[in-house]
Amino acid sequence: MLLGRVTGTVVASRKEPLIEGWKLLVVRQLDAENREAGGYVVAADAVGAGVGEVVLYATGSSARNTETTRDRPCDAVIMAIVDEWEIGGREVYRK
Amino acid sequence: MKLARVVGTVVSTINSPAFDERTLLLCDLLDPSGAPAGGSMIAVDAVGAGAGEMVLLLDEGNSARQILAAPGAPIRTVIVGIVDEVTGGGAGDADRD
Amino acid sequence: MQLGRVVGTVVATVKVPGLTGVKLLVVQPLDRALRPVGGQVVAADAVHMAGPGELVYVVAAREAAQAMPDPFVPVDHAIVGIVDAVRTLAGDDPAAPRPSPPPAPGEPAGGPPASGPTPLARRGTRGRAPS
Repeated sequence: MLLGRVTGTVVASRKEPLIEGWKLLVVRQLDAENREAGGYVVAADAVGAGVGEVVLYATGSSARNTETTRDRPCDAVIMAIVDEWEIGGREVYRK
Repeated sequence: MKLARVVGTVVSTINSPAFDERTLLLCDLLDPSGAPAGGSMIAVDAVGAGAGEMVLLLDEGNSARQILAAPGAPIRTVIVGIVDEVTGGGAGDADRD
Repeated sequence: MQLGRVVGTVVATVKVPGLTGVKLLVVQPLDRALRPVGGQVVAADAVHMAGPGELVYVVAAREAAQAMPDPFVPVDHAIVGIVDAVRTLAGDDPAAPRPSPPPAPGEPAGGPPASGPTPLARRGTRGRAPS
């Protein structure tokens, strides 16, 4: 999984029927020091995340393993909202 | 599948049960000429490969589980062959040594 | 599967149902000489015993979810083993994860060095005279 910050939403009214009903969010990848790592992904939301929140997202076929995305075409899913993380005992982020 | 050379072993006591009784080998990835391609992987040995040998590495989960007869195992990289010779790889053909 | 070092922990209260109680750890992937390679990832701890500082091996992609108690979870990296030792070929890069314990009493002098990798016998060397 990767850390990311939700920076926006995506609305697509015309889309593949199998992906209807999802909340699609723009997630900027973060490195372990809470800096933007450069990449971004559009991810389906499985936990009710909102813009500005720091989240964990899973990629690849594992992203299909949520009730929201089960048997549906998905390659990135937000699967947790991060409260805090630490590196080497040092707190890097707290909600 | 990829070509690789066995460069070591990984010993682990605390592991996911699917890895019990299995040999984990550390492999350097090779290009077809036998030169290091950069990067290494840990693979489960299915053929009795030994240190220094050039092997065939399969990195796909369904196939790995089929070969190891381990449905549901969290394993995706398996050594499936010991390479005798590679021809047509360019820059001098590689053999197992 | 890849070697990695646990460098941190992540706490998340709100997460998908199947991950309740699962420990999430920040892992730095390593090459075989135990040098950092690539970016850090968050991995689920499938062995329940990994902790910061430990050398582990990690499985990626869909197979990671298979390591979890409930395999229907969106997990793309999982720690599936804690490494006791990495032994490489003689003359290769040293890759001992931690200093070996001192030699057991009675171990002959000139045995393997007390620290560093234990060399493996080289096998399958074509054309080599039998020893």
